[in-house]
Amino acid sequence: MAAICLKVKEKTEVTTTYFLFLRKRSQTAAAMAKLILLLLKCILFCGTVYAVFEDQVGKFDWRQQYVGKVRFCHFDGHMQSSKKVLLATESNVFAALNTRTGEVLWRHVDKTGPEGNIDAFLQNGQDSVLVVGNGRVLRSWETNIGGLNWEVVLDSGSFQSTCLVGQQGTVKNVAVLKKTAISLHYLSNGHQKWIENLPDSDTVDYQTVYSGGNGEVYVLGVVPHSHIAVVAFSVDDGEILKQSSVEAPWLSSIPESCQIVDQEMLICVDSTTMSLYTLDLTLQLQMNQIPLQSLELEVDPDFRPSLVSHQPNPAKQPLSEFFLQLGPDRYVLLQFNSGQIVMLRDFKPALLVSFATTGEKTVAANKLELTCSLLDFGTQIWNLKIIKLASTINLYNAETGRRLLDTTLIFTMDPNGGKPERLNIQAFLKKDDSVGYRVMVQTKDHALTFIQQPGRVLWTREEALSDVLTMEMVDLPLTGTQAELEGEFGKKTDGLMSMVFKRLSSQLILLQAWIAHLWKLFYDARKPRSQVKSDISMENLSRDEFNLQKMMVMVTASGKLFGIDSKTGGILWKHYLENIPSNAGFKLMVQRTTAHFPHPPQCTLLIKDKDTGLASLHVFNPIFGKMSHVTPPALPQPILQSLMLPFMDQDYAKVLLLIDDQYKVSAFPSTKYVLQQLQEMAPTIFFFLVDSSQGRLSGYRLRTDLSTEQIWEVILPTEIQKIVSVKGKRPNEHVHSQGRVMGDRSVLYKYLNPNLLAVVTESTDLHQERSFVGIMLIDGVTGRIIHEAVQRKARGPVHVVHSENWVVYEYWSTKSRRNEFSVIELYEGMELYNSTAFSSLDRPLVPQVLQQSYIFPSSISTMEATLTEKGITSRHLLRIVSLPKMFLDPRRPEMASEQSREENLIPYAPELMIRTEWFINYNQTISRVRGIYTAPSGLESTCLVVAYGLDIYHTRVYPSKQFDVLKDDYDYMLISSVLLALFFATMISKRLAEVKLLNRAWR
Amino acid sequence: MSRHWIGDTLASDGLEAEFNGLSVPLEHSFELDDVAKFQLRGSLMLKTGREPSVSLNQNQLSEEDRTKLKEVAAVDGLYRIRVPRVFLQADKQTEWQTEGHLTAFVRACAMVESHLSDVITLHTDVSGYLIGVSIVTLPGACRGIEVEDEVDLEVFNTTLSIMAPVNAPGPETALFIQRMEQEFEKKGKNPQEQKSFFAKYWYLILGGAIFLMVSNSAQPPAGGGREQS
Repeated sequence: MAAICLKVKEKTEVTTTYFLFLRKRSQTAAAMAKLILLLLKCILFCGTVYAVFEDQVGKFDWRQQYVGKVRFCHFDGHMQSSKKVLLATESNVFAALNTRTGEVLWRHVDKTGPEGNIDAFLQNGQDSVLVVGNGRVLRSWETNIGGLNWEVVLDSGSFQSTCLVGQQGTVKNVAVLKKTAISLHYLSNGHQKWIENLPDSDTVDYQTVYSGGNGEVYVLGVVPHSHIAVVAFSVDDGEILKQSSVEAPWLSSIPESCQIVDQEMLICVDSTTMSLYTLDLTLQLQMNQIPLQSLELEVDPDFRPSLVSHQPNPAKQPLSEFFLQLGPDRYVLLQFNSGQIVMLRDFKPALLVSFATTGEKTVAANKLELTCSLLDFGTQIWNLKIIKLASTINLYNAETGRRLLDTTLIFTMDPNGGKPERLNIQAFLKKDDSVGYRVMVQTKDHALTFIQQPGRVLWTREEALSDVLTMEMVDLPLTGTQAELEGEFGKKTDGLMSMVFKRLSSQLILLQAWIAHLWKLFYDARKPRSQVKSDISMENLSRDEFNLQKMMVMVTASGKLFGIDSKTGGILWKHYLENIPSNAGFKLMVQRTTAHFPHPPQCTLLIKDKDTGLASLHVFNPIFGKMSHVTPPALPQPILQSLMLPFMDQDYAKVLLLIDDQYKVSAFPSTKYVLQQLQEMAPTIFFFLVDSSQGRLSGYRLRTDLSTEQIWEVILPTEIQKIVSVKGKRPNEHVHSQGRVMGDRSVLYKYLNPNLLAVVTESTDLHQERSFVGIMLIDGVTGRIIHEAVQRKARGPVHVVHSENWVVYEYWSTKSRRNEFSVIELYEGMELYNSTAFSSLDRPLVPQVLQQSYIFPSSISTMEATLTEKGITSRHLLRIVSLPKMFLDPRRPEMASEQSREENLIPYAPELMIRTEWFINYNQTISRVRGIYTAPSGLESTCLVVAYGLDIYHTRVYPSKQFDVLKDDYDYMLISSVLLALFFATMISKRLAEVKLLNRAWR
Repeated sequence: MSRHWIGDTLASDGLEAEFNGLSVPLEHSFELDDVAKFQLRGSLMLKTGREPSVSLNQNQLSEEDRTKLKEVAAVDGLYRIRVPRVFLQADKQTEWQTEGHLTAFVRACAMVESHLSDVITLHTDVSGYLIGVSIVTLPGACRGIEVEDEVDLEVFNTTLSIMAPVNAPGPETALFIQRMEQEFEKKGKNPQEQKSFFAKYWYLILGGAIFLMVSNSAQPPAGGGREQS
């Protein structure tokens, strides 16, 4: 049996339900009939229908919440003791993290795609202002509890820039610059104060908005390679105060090369003329050129210099100090001082720089504005043959460029991580008015590391896990002793005596281990419970009794690989692959499992650039994450298809075949033995290619010289329909029941074709009357179309699950405007054609096809079928709602008859109700589930399920209940006492019978 | 390509007009080196329109081909067929032909052992484009049986059909509602009024009677006392 996992998009809230029973009872009294309304109020808590008991929450499952790659970050600075950092991410998430623990305090997940994209994030006191969806919505959040203050929908127009506008020291407004207009909103309620059209917006590209707190809002635009347009608006009524244009033929983009410092002073840097340009926005005369040479500075060749400035308070002018980046590792701190630019300090080598401000406690001599730079000395300390990259962070006073005492922070970076990308400094004043700070480092692998002085890492978040693309579960290795026993059988036999000795020695080792284990148990039992740690580390990684604990190997979009313990969710290893193209596709394959001791397990990751088709292989050990010593072959040609063959080389590694665009096949590993095997098996190796742009499905056969020949071709005209997905069966699934026993005791045999492909197409015509979803079942070896059906008036997205002898797909019915499920089952009939083996080449009869459809009351984002060790357990369709496959059965009869009752068929009902106990994640919401992975465990009843997306959730499901596990509250005492009593009763009665017999014999 | 047995007349315009459809060549290939060289096997008469049908006109295998087919079968080669992609709903002849062919195969030995009895199915999509062709033999297995009689390999015994996609059923709400109504009516037909008052409330009456009896039996001492006084 099997189950299907789908994910319901809506958050289902479990609320208290009240059932009102209204009962009318007429009372027949002597004279009059009185009507008494009886109100019965039953309060039922839905919590009682959870699939898990309350005390089981979190016992078998865990959830990890992520926010995604950070785009904007602000420390909550309105209070000195705040413990919050606010993040706006590229996954359209706005969240607050606890800076002490790194946990998510609250999180808001917006729509995916450009609609929920966070364009800008401004922080003012307790309020966070966000511009979302290319300037569609302006939102203000309260940062303490994450509540929404207000939300306004902005006028259409593509978003350019935004800034806070202050007056007389307080910030009251926010300005939003769009392509053609600028609007000013109140911070308190979001109401629009004024909106003004921008002059000449068809020629001028307005890019930046700025306010220095003096009652004016400057909008800066550029006509590329011609001039800068400056418009000053009055904050009060939006009146244009000044308008001018200044020649700047070298400028193309203001945000990239310009910054505003000091009092309305625009500073730009140009790499062609190697100069700084300054422009006073209040006077707007002309740009003042300052060659970098006059400052004795030089830009690294082929480097585009950039500027970093800082405005600590939007109601006040920015600092007059700014950074100029001259090379990948060189920054200079410059100061603009009454028309002159003075160099304060040269930072070389410096990897990253950042400004931070703290406290407005006093306006005294305390220098509150600080600069900070991360100096990467590149020190490679050779320590135990591990390269440690130590990085140093120092604080400098911004006004003088002098280094502050006791502010050095040294930390070592993860050698398996990426390089730092951004620094976020949280500076604070200590009691003695000296400056302390904490730093959050963002690295290229999307990790966040929070470090405290003098270099203590408080927490690390692996945000790469918010974007898992594919994953595999690998069995953990056996313990050393178990492996020893296994190894005994693996090696070649060398004489009887040595075998006996080997056996004895391994038994001794086992005994020793057992005694050690007992001793440890005894020792631990005396300690208080809290001290007994059950943490998992690399050293004690081993398979548990029922193989419920596995290693989850996850591949993320950033190119970082993770090894996660499935029991606790702890990250055991990570490995960052650099130089991964941004549009890479990944395919993870397990070439060798842990079953072949002493050969280490081996996983291969195929990384393919989706544009060029060029691919590379990364071979690693899935348990420890280490690169394998096996060198993968170089792949000069674009790869079309890869497939794992079921046979292994002499080292028990499955053979991976790669087909390049010349239809040539290369094997990995490509030893002589493998090539020989391939030559022998070539006529039986078939594969297929799908070209959805041309609607072409073609089958190929391998030849002995490792070239291929096309043997079949099916072409779907692309003007009618396009192929959206092709699903085969999972190679590791087992089917143990060959047929179904019918009501009349005959057997209906399943059509179990392992080569069957389900091809789903969608019509190109999207008109709701003419659109359709096509489903085609094709044999992948012969190209024979087994079944072809169209679901009319239906539209995608279509989700398909293909397993055993059935295909389940879900689509959107345009006619009825609802989600519908359809199930197709294939049966051979009452007789099996060839019961010994299945061959696609010898199956002339077409199977019987049964199909039924159902209404599903919710939308689905992903769907998967459960998988168990032996395939005995009934399948469920998982969707975080675990839906028993029993409900999706085309043999559900219209009318319940005697026979169908015998078969346990549920009478047909068009609607599939979602029962609350089907939600396997009970009240734990999982955001944006992208995929569900199912894996068998050592227990037949149990299937491990991992849902990944923005969050990661792992749990166990029992599609046929826990038939092979004794319950927790199983009464061992009762059963053993009954057994004992029976045993003694037998003994006694036997004795009595003997005595009786003896007596009778004497008589 | 050209063979003496190609029936040119079959593809002639006159026949096409008679069939009110079109005629497309069915080609096959079986080579020892497995490099496809397609030759004409016969021609398919496709009747266009709402319910397309198909018939086949094919020639016998020549002596030369028979021996070649047996040789190919001996080395476990492939027997391939192909048909051009056509559009069956087109009104004009110029429209029906599109680029490319659709191919399928069986093992040559299966072809030989089944004495050339094959089942060819043409599949179309919703709009009438030919999208795929499939061929199986009956029986399908290769058991290594020698086919002695050359005559068995002369004539094709072909079962031909054309398949359009079936309409997948939607959720059957109408039937379900009908069934529900029927059940409802059934309940309605033998309503509770038909039962007698006692049949309906016998348990209440019984309960009441027992209650009375119990209360009566509890009363006697007191009642008796009153009578005596």
